[in-house]
Amino acid sequence: MEITLRADGLEHRLAVDPRTTLLDALRERLGIWGPKKGCDHGQCGACTVLLDGKRVNSCLALAVAHDGAQIITAEGLASDSELHPMQASFIEHDAFQCGYCTPGQIVSAVGMLEEVESGWPSHVTRDVNAGEVSLTDEEIRERMSGNLCRCGAYANIVPAIREVAEGGRLR
Amino acid sequence: MKPFRYDRAGDISGAVATLAREQAGVFLAGGTNLVDLMKLGVMEPDVLVDVRRLTSRGIEDLPDGGLRIGAAVTNSELAAERRIRSRYPMLSQALLSGASGQLRNIATAGGNLLQRTRCAYFYDITTPCNKREPGTGCSALEGCNKDHAILGASKQCVATHPSDMAVALTALDAVVHVQGPAGGRAIPISELYRLPGDEPERDTTLQHAELITSVDLPPLGFASSSRYRKVRERASYAFALVSVAAALQVQDGVVRDARIALGGVAHMPWRAHQAEDSVRGRPAVEESFRAAAQAELADAAPLRDNAYKVPLAANVMTQMLLDLSLAQ
Repeated sequence: MEITLRADGLEHRLAVDPRTTLLDALRERLGIWGPKKGCDHGQCGACTVLLDGKRVNSCLALAVAHDGAQIITAEGLASDSELHPMQASFIEHDAFQCGYCTPGQIVSAVGMLEEVESGWPSHVTRDVNAGEVSLTDEEIRERMSGNLCRCGAYANIVPAIREVAEGGRLR
Repeated sequence: MKPFRYDRAGDISGAVATLAREQAGVFLAGGTNLVDLMKLGVMEPDVLVDVRRLTSRGIEDLPDGGLRIGAAVTNSELAAERRIRSRYPMLSQALLSGASGQLRNIATAGGNLLQRTRCAYFYDITTPCNKREPGTGCSALEGCNKDHAILGASKQCVATHPSDMAVALTALDAVVHVQGPAGGRAIPISELYRLPGDEPERDTTLQHAELITSVDLPPLGFASSSRYRKVRERASYAFALVSVAAALQVQDGVVRDARIALGGVAHMPWRAHQAEDSVRGRPAVEESFRAAAQAELADAAPLRDNAYKVPLAANVMTQMLLDLSLAQ
């Protein structure tokens, strides 16, 4: 089937088998290798992309079901000359070891901070009725629970995200 | 993954008509459960009819003070919706305790209701499973069954329903609207789900090609202080061992009304009618709440590995009712 994907600012027209996931379309067809295939079952978060502005697991989305979608991967977060603040913060805080989960962590963190800015509560938010969310470390951990890091770099991932959140340096 | 045809109908009636012609077809919404099951070979549909852009993605006020939730509203949008957070906080809390941020952003209300059990044997196509392959037997009955049902199970199936959202909707007496080949109908959520009996392959009472279009929440004033509590093996991103959704109305120290539902204990979200009847008109004290919880669980029939769920469910229910009464 013919579909159009707008990935990291470029429009691509491609023919795909209906079984192709968004993850495989990005990696195998468009050569965008930022999103990683970890578990391929929506459990690890390594494939996280922004799909029409929201973070999702690209391994569980069929490409044909997202014809015309706008996708941003970790590679698309950076401009030509400058890293995205979240990318810079991950480097600054040494928030990874092997790096395999990192593109997913970074995209997820960017999407997560937008959710916080929109006032979305989380499972650990004491009062779901509260207007604003105070982004404590507990909140960061809960909201990032869909991204696993088998090297266990969480101790540095949390401060890396916190610094971007506190600095208001989302974009 | 087995090849399938992907079909995107122009409207709801077209989608229903298309699927009605395809006995081995299914509807596709967010896909977070279905695509996974297809990768594993647990589900092998010939046709996917994509309805994600067909059903409503809005939440409307109803004239009676309730809310109508479009089937395509994502779990994230529903949890964050102001009117849900203020009028039915147990529903927001239930949604936020399920899955991960990424999954909630694409999973829909309709799809959440129809997700399949996470019984490990259902997922493992090398093992017998009456739900996946009727007549082959239940591997969990004598197998590893620590996650399985303690209420309403049968010899054919001891699986539990995985949804948190549906537990809150069950406590709230939600009504599910469907559109099918024979027209539309409204189904109280307690009648949407079923116990496994001799047909564990049927999770719900829906007929083939019936599409969930929306879910109505009736008005319930005292739901504004309702809660959802989930006990699981990790702090986040895990299915419930036991969960409780409850709303309590207390006046002058006496329970006037209650809504209680349990998750993780049965093939369907378990409405705790016996506990509700037991607490109504009784003093709002721990003793009443514990007696109510025990009344609800009197018929519990635990398996080899899940006897812990009986006291766990009783304790969580008791504490939840106590917390709700103290907060009034």
